[in-house]
Amino acid sequence: MSSIPKGLKYASSHEWARDEGNGVYTVGITEHAQGLLGDMVFVELPEVGDSVTQGDDCAVAESVKAASDIYAPLSGEIVEINEALVDAPELVNNSPYEDGWMFKIKIADEAELSALLDAEGYKNSIDE
Amino acid sequence: MANQTALHGKHLEAGAKMVDFFGWDMPINYGSQIEEHHAVRRDAGMFDVSHMTIVDLQGSRTREFLRFLLANDVAKLTAPGKALYSGMLNEAGGVIDDLIVYFLQEDFFRLVVNSATREKDLAHINAQAKAFDVTVTERPEFAMIAVQGPNAKAKVATLLSAEQQAAVAGMKPFFGTQAGDLFIATTGYTGEDGYEIALPNEQAADFWQKLLDAGVAPCGLGARDTLRLEAGMNLYGQDMDETVSPLAANMGWTIAWAPEDRNFIGRKALEQHKAEGTFKLVGLVMEQKGVLRHGQRVVVDGGEGEITSGTFSPTLGFSIAMARVPGSVGDTAEVDIRGKMVPVKVVKPAFVRMGKKVI
Repeated sequence: MSSIPKGLKYASSHEWARDEGNGVYTVGITEHAQGLLGDMVFVELPEVGDSVTQGDDCAVAESVKAASDIYAPLSGEIVEINEALVDAPELVNNSPYEDGWMFKIKIADEAELSALLDAEGYKNSIDE
Repeated sequence: MANQTALHGKHLEAGAKMVDFFGWDMPINYGSQIEEHHAVRRDAGMFDVSHMTIVDLQGSRTREFLRFLLANDVAKLTAPGKALYSGMLNEAGGVIDDLIVYFLQEDFFRLVVNSATREKDLAHINAQAKAFDVTVTERPEFAMIAVQGPNAKAKVATLLSAEQQAAVAGMKPFFGTQAGDLFIATTGYTGEDGYEIALPNEQAADFWQKLLDAGVAPCGLGARDTLRLEAGMNLYGQDMDETVSPLAANMGWTIAWAPEDRNFIGRKALEQHKAEGTFKLVGLVMEQKGVLRHGQRVVVDGGEGEITSGTFSPTLGFSIAMARVPGSVGDTAEVDIRGKMVPVKVVKPAFVRMGKKVI
């Protein structure tokens, strides 16, 4: 059974979002998702300054198995991306909730958080 | 209920991720597919290939039968133990399966065929064998382990008796020999040195454990696929099938046209394919970011084709593929990757051999 940390918010499309304060949320994919995708070989990230809309694809995780879109769990502006993934995409596999984070969003609308799942809800959604 | 090999318990014990592979419950990886791939290129890795089908053919007319059944010519097999890769074709010149045939004795040859094609292969072989009084015997009592990599042979040697070591000493590529309970062959599907070893099911788990203890890394079907693709080896059902001529599957070298009076199944159709010209299977290299995938459209000089197998090459650090395209293809092509046309290089379909880049 894969790890699903409490305290994070989850999208049913397997992204997680962590509240960093001041309306900034760090985004990555769950341990369950990286397990399904297998070894990551490229991660294509958005650019700092891009504005993203909740539910839109804004990054691509390409693994040995398939290319998968990553969806913005919240709307807002991209304020930072994880440059380390360019040379070390395997961080997404080895540390999905920490070193393998993908980007940070300065969110536009807190109300959107209600559309996301808590750990328990996400666990139920993947039926583990 | 899926079929299980004699090593199924060892895979579960190692925490392998298991998947259904044409009715067999097989390991796709034991953690990281890329690390398993590197283990084979740099040291030694092993694969459970017990799902493959071993078929023994016996009878005084076995050689004559195989010269009719296969597109390659077993007349080339003169030294006992020598093996040959061949396509087994239908009358239309399509590939029923690709296989390895071993010449053991004049009245005894052994085939190793794919598991996904087992039933149709056996039906075809049995039907054709009748006219030659050849006995066809499947050997499900054998497990099979492929040990591959630059240090594979040395690590296997630590498990062998003095007699077995003597039996395999100096064995050239594409030979097989019975050494005690082990049938040891210098064949493989990775482009590295190594052995494929068939042994009784009841000894398989113990042998696997001893290989683990000798430092051989267990590798799953995921790494097996990236290794064979780097080596430019075809995967049946993906790079060719019954609707594809071997001439359009980079298997022209496996067709023995001479002697001209040898009749084999599919010969007439192949001669026509050759006269008319066919598509060809080429290698593609994409050095920019992204991964070439099966089914993507390829635009070349004079037409369009399709990627049959594509992957990220862990050894090269970029993506490679095999594609079937019109014979007019030049040195470059464009691949439709999710709506974007991306330029790629066209090469011979072999990318890595013996740990070294060959493109």
